[in-house]
Amino acid sequence: MSHVLLLVLFAFLVSVVFAVLMRDDPREQLRTGGLFFGGFVGAALLIGWLMYPLPL
Amino acid sequence: MNGRATTVEKARPREGPGVALLAIAAWAVPGAAHFWLGRRQKGLIFFFALTLMFAIGLWLEGRLFPFEPSQPLVALAAVADAGLGVPYVIAKAAGLGAGRIIAATYEYGNAFLIVAGLLNFLVILDAYDIALGRK
Repeated sequence: MSHVLLLVLFAFLVSVVFAVLMRDDPREQLRTGGLFFGGFVGAALLIGWLMYPLPL
Repeated sequence: MNGRATTVEKARPREGPGVALLAIAAWAVPGAAHFWLGRRQKGLIFFFALTLMFAIGLWLEGRLFPFEPSQPLVALAAVADAGLGVPYVIAKAAGLGAGRIIAATYEYGNAFLIVAGLLNFLVILDAYDIALGRK
C-alpha cells in the first residue's frame, strides 16, 4: 500500500468530517473541505521535502 | 422586536430526547445524534467517514490500545480509540486491533484508529451544541 495514497485518504476523510462539522451550507462545506484537504496534503509534502536531507 | 434571536433564546434546550441520552447515542454510533436531531445528511456522512476510518485502521494492522494507567500515552490512545463506541466494542470483542508492530502500516493504522475516535468526540460535542440550541 502506497504511503502517499494512505496520506491522501487520511487527509480526505479528516477534511470531510471537519468541513461537515464546521459548515452547514453544502457549497461552503465543499470549499472548506477543499481548503483543509489541500492544506493537509500540501503541508505533508512540504514537511517531507524539508526533512529529506535529515539523516534518519 | 428586531426579530434577531438573543443568546439566551438560542441556548434554550430543544424538546425531545434527553441531552445525556443523545450524547450516549452520539458516542455509540457515529452520527446517530445528528440523524436523531434531523440533520440526516450530516449524520450519514459522519457515520460512513468515521466507521470507514476505523475499519481502515484495523485493516492497516493498527492497535486498539489497552487502558494502561502506568503508561499515560498508551492510556490516552486507549481513550481516543474508545471514542468510536460500538465499532470499538465490536472490534475488541472480536479480538481485532491486536496491532502488528513490524507491519509497515502499523503507525498509519494507529493514526486512523486514534483520529477516528477523537473526531467522534468532536461530533458528540457538535450534537450536544445542536441539542442545546446553540447551533
